[in-house]
Amino acid sequence: MSLWWTILQTALEERLVYRGDFALGTLMRFLPIITQIFLWYAIFDSIGTVEAKPGSDIKAVQIGGFGFREMVAYYLVTMIARAFSSMPGLASGIALQIRDGEIKRYLIQPIDLIGFLLLNRIAHKLAYYAVAIAPFAFVFFLCRHYFVDGWPPPHVLVAFTASLVMGFLIGFFLEAAIGMIGFWFLEVSSLLFVYMLFSFFLSGHMFPLSLLPDGIETFVNFLPFKYLAYFPAAIFLGKIPAEDLPLEMAIEALWLAFFIIVCRIAYARGVNRYSGYGG
Amino acid sequence: MNATSTESARPNYWKVFLTFARNSLVRDMTFRVNFFLQCISSVGWTLMNVGFYLIIFQYADTIGEGSGWDRDRFFLFIATTWFINSLVQAFFMPNAQEFSELIRTGGLDFALLKPIDTQFLISFRRIDWSALSNFLAGVVIASVSLHGLATRETDPMIPSFSAVVLYLVFVACGVTIMYSLMICLSATSIWLGRNQTLYNFWFYITNFSRYPMEIYNRGLGKPLYGFFTFVIPVLLVVNVPARLIAKPINPRTGEEWMLVCWAFVATGLSVCVSRWVFGRALSSYRSASS
Repeated sequence: MSLWWTILQTALEERLVYRGDFALGTLMRFLPIITQIFLWYAIFDSIGTVEAKPGSDIKAVQIGGFGFREMVAYYLVTMIARAFSSMPGLASGIALQIRDGEIKRYLIQPIDLIGFLLLNRIAHKLAYYAVAIAPFAFVFFLCRHYFVDGWPPPHVLVAFTASLVMGFLIGFFLEAAIGMIGFWFLEVSSLLFVYMLFSFFLSGHMFPLSLLPDGIETFVNFLPFKYLAYFPAAIFLGKIPAEDLPLEMAIEALWLAFFIIVCRIAYARGVNRYSGYGG
Repeated sequence: MNATSTESARPNYWKVFLTFARNSLVRDMTFRVNFFLQCISSVGWTLMNVGFYLIIFQYADTIGEGSGWDRDRFFLFIATTWFINSLVQAFFMPNAQEFSELIRTGGLDFALLKPIDTQFLISFRRIDWSALSNFLAGVVIASVSLHGLATRETDPMIPSFSAVVLYLVFVACGVTIMYSLMICLSATSIWLGRNQTLYNFWFYITNFSRYPMEIYNRGLGKPLYGFFTFVIPVLLVVNVPARLIAKPINPRTGEEWMLVCWAFVATGLSVCVSRWVFGRALSSYRSASS
C-alpha cells in the first residue's frame, strides 16, 4: 500500500511544477466556446425565436431537445467531461514503451503495469483539477446565465459525478487497450489519430448526439464513445429521463467492465508474445 | 563580399523552392503507408465537418437570420476555408514547427550562415504534401456547392469571370495573412526559448476565421469583430474571398467594397509587420550552445 502511495505522491509533485502554464493553457482552451456561442446564436436566430419572452405565446426554438442557452451549457459541461475522460499520451506512451523495450521493467519488478499507469493518471488528473478548478470556476461563473435551470437536483448530481468517474475509467481502459495493440503492430500513431477523430465526433464533443438523424443516433447510442462526453453532460442538463437513469448507468458500468477485461486480456496476450532483447 | 561573387551569390529563389518541394516529396514518398494514412485521416476530418454542417442545415436554412449564407453558399465558404488552411498547413505549418525546434537546438546558426534570405529559408524548407489532400477535398466541396448553386430553382447563381479572378487573388491574400501571422507567432519563440503552445494558439486564433463574420456583429461580439478585422485581420482571410464567389458581385454596398480594399491593404501591412517582427527577433537571437 505504501508503495502505491509513494507513486501517487511522486506523480503529483511532478505535475505541479508547471502550474502557471497549466492554468493559462486551461483558460485558453475555452476560447473556441466564444465562437460556438456566436455560431449557435446565428443558427437558432435563423430558425425562429432564440429566447421566448415571459408571457408570450411564441415558443423558443429547440434543436435536438436543446435550446440556445442549453446548447452553450452543453459545450461547457462537455469540457468538464473531457477533463475526466481524455487521456493525452496514454496509448502512445504504452506503445512507445513496448517499442523501445522499457516495458521489461514491469515484467521484472513486482509492479503491475496497468495499475501503475492508472495511479499515475489519477495523480495527473488530481493535480490538473487542483490547478484547473480556478479557470473552470471563473468561466462557469461568467457563463452562469447559460444554465437556465440552475443546479440540478441532488440525485442528478450524484449520477453526474458517478458518470464522470466512470467516464474517466472507460477512457483509461479504452485507450490503454488501444496502446496494447503496440504488441502486435509497432507503429500505432496513425491508428490513434483515426481513433481520436472518431471519438471527437461520436463522443458528442463536436455537437450533442441528439442532433443526429434518428437511425444514426440509435446506432451511435449503442457505442461506448458517448460516455466520454455526451452522457455526463446530458445527465447534468436533465436530458436523460429520471426513470431511464438507473438502467443507463448500469449499461455504462457494463461497458466499463468490458474494457477492463479487454485491457487485461490484451496485456496478458501481449506479454506472451513479447520478447525483450538486450539490456 | 567581393565584386565577382555578387553575381553568383544571388540565389535563384524559385529554383531553391522547387528543390525544397522535390526533397519533401521524396521524403514523404519514403514512408508511403504513413503518407496515405495521413491523407485518409485529414479527409476523415473533412467528412466529419461536412457531416456536422449538413446536420445543422437539417434544422436551419441559413447561418444567421438574413445573412444569406444558405447551404450552398455556406459550403462555398467552407471550401474556401479548406483551400486556405490546407495551403497554410502544407507550406508553412511544418516550417513554423521546425523553426522553434531550430532555435531550441541552436540549429538556426546554420540557417543564418546560408547565402539566402533567412525568412525565405525558414518559411519554405519543408512542404507537407499530405496536407494538400484537404485542398482536393476543398475542390470537391466547392464543385458540388457551385453546381448546387447554379442549378437550384430559387435564386440560382453562376459566379462571373471577374468574381473568380478576384476570388483567386483574395485567396492568395488570405494565405499571405495567415503566413504573416504564423511567422510572427513563431518568431516569439526566439524570445521565449521554446514555443510549444504555438500550435494551440494558432488553432484558437484561426478558429475565429472559420465562420461568416456576420455572426459576431451583435452585442458583445462587436469588439471581437473589430479586433479580428482591424488589428489581427483573421476574419478577412476567408470571409472576403468567400463572399466574392458566393454572392453576386453586383449589387454590393460601398461598405462591402471598403472591406475588400481593406483586405488588400491588410495583406500588405501584415507582410511588412511580419518581416519587421522576424528581423527584430533575429537580431536578439543568441545561439543555444555558446
